Amino acid sequence: MNNNHHRHIISLLMENEAGALSRVAGLFSARAYNIESLTVAPTEDATLSRMTIVTVGSEDIIEQITKQLNKLIDVIKVMDLTEGRHIERELMLVKVKAVGAGREEMKRTADIFRGRIIDVTDSTYTIELTGTGSKLDAFLEAIDPAFIIETVRTGASGIGRGERSLKA
Amino acid sequence: MPAVQRVSGRAFLTGTGQNDYPLGFTNELISGHFMEATGAEIVVRCIAEEGVEFVFGYPGGAVLNIYDEIFKQNRFKHVLVRHEQAAVHAADAYARATGRVGVALVTSGPGVTNAVTGIATAYMDSIPIVVVTGQVPTPAIGMDAFQEVDTVGITRPCVKHNFLVKDVKDLAATMKKAFHIASTGRPGPVVVDVPKDITYHKTEFEYPASIEMRSYNPVVKGHSGQMKRAVQMLLEARRPMIYIGGGVVLGNAAAQLTELATLLGFPVTNTLMGLGGHPATDRQNLGMLGMHGTYEANMAMQHCDVLLAVGARFDDRVIGNPAHFAREQRRIIHVDIDPSSISKRVKVDVPIVGDVKSVLTDMLALLRQAKEKPDAAALNAWWTQIELWRAKNCLKYNRQSPIIKPQYVVEKLWDVTKGDAFVTSDVGQHQMWAAQYYKFDKPRRWINSGGLGTMGVGLPYAMGVQLAHPEAQVACITGESSIQMCIQELSTCKQYRIPIKIITLNNRYMGMVRQWQEFFYGSRYAESYMESLPDFVKLAESYGHIGMRIEKPEDVEAALREAFSPALKERLVFMDFQTDQTENVFPMVEGGKGLSEMILAEEL
Ligand SMILES: Cc1cc2nc3c(=O)[nH]c(=O)nc-3n(C[C@H](O)[C@H](O)[C@H](O)COP(=O)(O)OP(=O)(O)OC[C@H]3O[C@@H](n4cnc5c(N)ncnc54)[C@H](O)[C@@H]3O)c2cc1C
Ligand SMILES: Cc1ncc(C[n+]2csc(CCOP(=O)(O)OP(=O)(O)O)c2C)c(N)n1
Ligand SMILES: [Mg+2]
Repeated sequence: MNNNHHRHIISLLMENEAGALSRVAGLFSARAYNIESLTVAPTEDATLSRMTIVTVGSEDIIEQITKQLNKLIDVIKVMDLTEGRHIERELMLVKVKAVGAGREEMKRTADIFRGRIIDVTDSTYTIELTGTGSKLDAFLEAIDPAFIIETVRTGASGIGRGERSLKA
Repeated sequence: MPAVQRVSGRAFLTGTGQNDYPLGFTNELISGHFMEATGAEIVVRCIAEEGVEFVFGYPGGAVLNIYDEIFKQNRFKHVLVRHEQAAVHAADAYARATGRVGVALVTSGPGVTNAVTGIATAYMDSIPIVVVTGQVPTPAIGMDAFQEVDTVGITRPCVKHNFLVKDVKDLAATMKKAFHIASTGRPGPVVVDVPKDITYHKTEFEYPASIEMRSYNPVVKGHSGQMKRAVQMLLEARRPMIYIGGGVVLGNAAAQLTELATLLGFPVTNTLMGLGGHPATDRQNLGMLGMHGTYEANMAMQHCDVLLAVGARFDDRVIGNPAHFAREQRRIIHVDIDPSSISKRVKVDVPIVGDVKSVLTDMLALLRQAKEKPDAAALNAWWTQIELWRAKNCLKYNRQSPIIKPQYVVEKLWDVTKGDAFVTSDVGQHQMWAAQYYKFDKPRRWINSGGLGTMGVGLPYAMGVQLAHPEAQVACITGESSIQMCIQELSTCKQYRIPIKIITLNNRYMGMVRQWQEFFYGSRYAESYMESLPDFVKLAESYGHIGMRIEKPEDVEAALREAFSPALKERLVFMDFQTDQTENVFPMVEGGKGLSEMILAEEL
């Protein structure tokens, strides 16, 4: 069996019922699958929920994960986005110290990463960034960790490129 | 109360054996589809609409409205157990023995927690049951209300699906979905949690004739290209093997499987759950495989070059060591309705997702059309090898023993019941001996807990089976430890006159535990002895049954004949066989060892 672990982004559509999230989260914990992030929200059709799950595992484990997700009665469709061309975005809000010379430096770094400053005080900036998880990681690495007051990330959302789509 | 209700209710309660209760609801005033009904009425009417014969249950505050409606109807019978665990086990056994959905009803809180063992047991063996649970009223949910538990949360990991009904308008459709989900695809338990206020809210009632779910459409037909590849592979096989499991029994495909095996002339082995899926007395049948499988079955499984796995899930009690199994080159075809059973522990070459009966029927047609035949010379050589393995006679035991050998009791039971009884078992050594020595020729005759291995199922299982098949011979093979885990059900058996025969292989030990301690823990028998046992004869008598204690091998057959004689046909007989305390189950594949690395009995 294949034991190389890779990061996968799994997209799924399920009935927007109470407890839908706990069925998915429960499955991951009961079967000891990794979960890096999970996002969920209703879609344009209010009866449907769309979830994006980022997980890490070998090919065999990912195969089991998709099969087990499909087996959940409320799940309508499952797609491993990483199997094809796709777009991944995550939103991050970072509150940083912005004082003295560091204040200008922080603004420049945010600009380079196409971040937007969305809240300002005398001594802080709150920066909004979107991008792939690795771009957000890169931003955090680019600034001095001592300046970080707080970060909050949404976890990845993903969608297939071109015609590739997940429909009920 | 209208008199007719009480009369019909009593007739059953006192167990006169009368079945001639009138059809229809006594409170059914309006005919036609649309009528106002309370949630409680709806629950009861949905169960009746499903054609359910028995509801196994236990009342409590949250379900009193439902019980009141049960009281007023006579389309199904309610069986009052003595513990909710037994209600679910009995419903589960009813389903195993008939193929229909079993139904249990319990109250909120402790009723639910008591039922969980039963639900998990059914889940692990893929048994279709619907469990209706009471819940505190919706406004009280989350308030730490009296007898509140998060039923949907507690049962979620051990059900196929569960529902909390929040609006009486959804109730009928939810019940329909519950029966549909339980019985289709890979079967399993479904819980419907009904808050008490829902049971008195009213709505127009119509039971849907069918249900569509966009998120749930199990595959039935196999992929034609894959089936062609499979048939080709089978025809090319030189050392073929057919490995069948519970799916053949659950999918009612024993006839198709047997036809296929006969047509090809290939050897067949069954899992513990697949017993009866192919006749045990057929020469092509090598018996059970796995941890306590026969020498010939395990050797043939290990050394085959083409394996056809049907409705079996390569469980760790079967393939303890996948790496060891993979050392031999073989191609594997796997038929299963659940894709997640395929390539889970063992990688397969030809996966076929579909219902076993449909797939086997299609494969039979393809085989009949095929011009090639399996290589007769190769198959002969393979059978010659298998017969050499079979000649080891791995199930041999000492027949001269002055102490009763448990294997002997099971063999004699087979003789006395002409191999045609329904046999339930508990969990332990006696379960393995029952599986090895009672030769099941028909499906749904062997009722046991394989996946969860739940001690205590034997007696409630026998109740469910006997109620489903009132005329059949039903034997419960158990151990002195297991039987004590649901012993209270002797009272239920008295109330409903359930004439099962309990065969206790009493070795005064948790024999299975003792065996492991003997083999792997230097014979340090920590807490595996059973002291202070009750006098089972007196115990049975105190419940109004017949008790027998059998101490000598020469008395075994006579005792069994008496218990199964027409004179005792209506009676429950509790047989306490004093068996050899030192006997072990062989062959044995230690956990994590390869299939061909068996420990055999010393006598060999
Ligand atoms: C003490 C003890 C010892 C044990 N020792 C052994 C042993 O030596 N050997 C042994 O075999 N077992 C043994 N077991 C049992 C073991 O734990 C498993 O329960 C058993 O091996 C599983 O059987 P199975 O593979 O047939 O699968 P089951 O659990 O019966 O699963 C059935 C499979 O069939 C599929 N299926 C269901 N319906 C259909 C359908 N209509 N069409 C197609 N597929 C379908 C399901 O998806 C599933 O994959 C032991 C248990 C205990 C308690
Ligand atoms: C509920 C439960 N608890 C514990 C076990 C572990 N266990 C498996 S077999 C066994 C002993 C069974 O003893 P007995 O019923 O006397 O059967 P024997 O093995 O002696 O035939 C135990 C404790 C179990 N399977 N189920
Ligand atoms: Mg014992």
